[in-house]
Amino acid sequence: MRYVIRRLMAVVPVLLGLTVIVFSILAFLPGDPATAILGPYATPENVERLNRQLGLDKPPAQQYLIWLGNILQGDFGRSYSLNRPVLDEVLERFSATLILAGAALLLCTLWGILIGVRCAVGQYGWSDRLLTLTAVVGISVPSFWLGLLAILAFSVNLRWLPASGMFAVYGGGGAADLARHLILPALTLSVVATGVIARLTRSAMLEVLRQDFICAARARGVGERRVIYRHAFKAALVTIIPVIGVQAGFVLGGAVYVETVFQWPGVGRMLVQAISTRDIQLVQGGVVVVAASYVLLNLLADLAQHALDPKIKT
Amino acid sequence: MTAALEAWRLSKTFGGGRRWFGRARAPVCAVREVSFRVAAGETLGIVGESGCGKTTLARMLAGLLPPSGGRITVDGKDPRAGAGAWGGLVQYVFQDPLGALNPRKTIRQIMHAPLRHLLGMEAPARAARIAELFDAVNLRREFLDRYPHEFSGGQAQRIGIARALAANPRIVVLDEPVSALDVSVQAQVLNLLADLQRAYHLTYLLISHDLAVVESVSDRVAVLYCGAIVELADAAEVFARARHPYTRLLADSAPVLGRKPAPAAAGELPDAPPRGCAFAARCSRAGDACRRRAPEPVCTRGENYVRCFHPVETPQ
Repeated sequence: MRYVIRRLMAVVPVLLGLTVIVFSILAFLPGDPATAILGPYATPENVERLNRQLGLDKPPAQQYLIWLGNILQGDFGRSYSLNRPVLDEVLERFSATLILAGAALLLCTLWGILIGVRCAVGQYGWSDRLLTLTAVVGISVPSFWLGLLAILAFSVNLRWLPASGMFAVYGGGGAADLARHLILPALTLSVVATGVIARLTRSAMLEVLRQDFICAARARGVGERRVIYRHAFKAALVTIIPVIGVQAGFVLGGAVYVETVFQWPGVGRMLVQAISTRDIQLVQGGVVVVAASYVLLNLLADLAQHALDPKIKT
Repeated sequence: MTAALEAWRLSKTFGGGRRWFGRARAPVCAVREVSFRVAAGETLGIVGESGCGKTTLARMLAGLLPPSGGRITVDGKDPRAGAGAWGGLVQYVFQDPLGALNPRKTIRQIMHAPLRHLLGMEAPARAARIAELFDAVNLRREFLDRYPHEFSGGQAQRIGIARALAANPRIVVLDEPVSALDVSVQAQVLNLLADLQRAYHLTYLLISHDLAVVESVSDRVAVLYCGAIVELADAAEVFARARHPYTRLLADSAPVLGRKPAPAAAGELPDAPPRGCAFAARCSRAGDACRRRAPEPVCTRGENYVRCFHPVETPQ
């Protein structure tokens, strides 16, 4: 319990540091938001007036504190390009990203663990070699390119699945429609993480299977399936869980590419659009939410690991 | 003599086969054509330096590693016959007592496993049997609800022994059972093993590199070199009257109080034994015949034998 409290406390400075970084990157970015809003023909007086309205004439430290204070009260500002509160837009987009990333994470955890265990059990057999090779290829392939290939194969040529979007434009809606749209992007997004989890599961399992207590369990007449899943996998899980936590973060980050390729209306695509329109409030809000969820996922993974093995205190 | 355990030309080869592009890989012969018989209630010591195949041999005998050739019989029958029968006949005690206990299970769970999987006992019967076993190895019953990391090496090894005995085996393979323990605890565990042998009429296969341990506990000793038995002799005379030059080398290299250490023998254990006698390269007595072909076992007395063209003659 003390560990849990300590770990929770450690999240606070991380999140604070995160807001500093997000704020300073965008504050020191060349380019003037007022000019971007008013367009190239704005008069200097108008630019100055808008800067004052937006608070941009104040020193950066003060700007940061005002911004942080607003965030803590749930006010992320207003997106000028969409003309609506940033938080509403981010939450709406983030739920779409969560559906995509969650599906991808589920896929990569399931397949990664199954493949990794299968490889470790038949170490150096043909299935191990084939699957390990596939995992390496999967890790190395850029997901945006894989997404394009998937669209070409399954949408354009075979016409099995929709190429883009979250719902069909005409008469869309409902879980079935969502699922059909989800298959390709979720699979694309999960490929890299599947490879990583599979490889780490394999090595963690091999590490455990080499130990004497596994041999001892076999000598005691414990069935092979039980040895692998109840004795070895349970011990290996302690090393696998944090990897899944880290991968959850990468899946969230990788969603930016996949969302762009598949026109998925998630927070990643929102950020790409916001950056290109210099909608700084929207970028800040989006990045803070994504980064905070990354931190929280790692926190969850650490707590899960601690619950499995109380000896671990990082 | 009724043989409790018999190994006939038992071999184990690792590796071999081909790589992806057809290049052949050199196989490693860990155990080569090992044959012996152990009588019921007897203790056979197996000695040899590290890498000579002791553990591979032990794991094959306990059914944990399939042999590449040869045959194992327990009480004249194939131990593979019958469901889970091997574990009920031959049990194994590991060198690293803590590594052999699953760190995520309590001692109670660990002790239940053999009773449930090998003997199919019901829960109340299992609890009674565990209490009986813990008394036999002098462990307190409060230990049952603790986890392995809470125990010392000697206690953990006694748990390992209790677990091995739980399946009611005829034969126990002891793979360096005391080498990980303090010297003061070693004697305790060895005495316990001797008591248990008498009480349950067990047959032991004791693997060790500690010649003093082997000599004091065993009835007979097999000397393993490069995966093959080079000499099989009674424990009382195996080192005092060594017939094989390698046994003599082992006996001389063991540290004895008051004796100057013998000069280190030239050469290391070869990876792939050469044609002929595996020991020829390090042997001072080796002749041409030793390098050309492997010596056949020569009977010395009873079932004892030595594999050497030029055995050391010692006055009887």
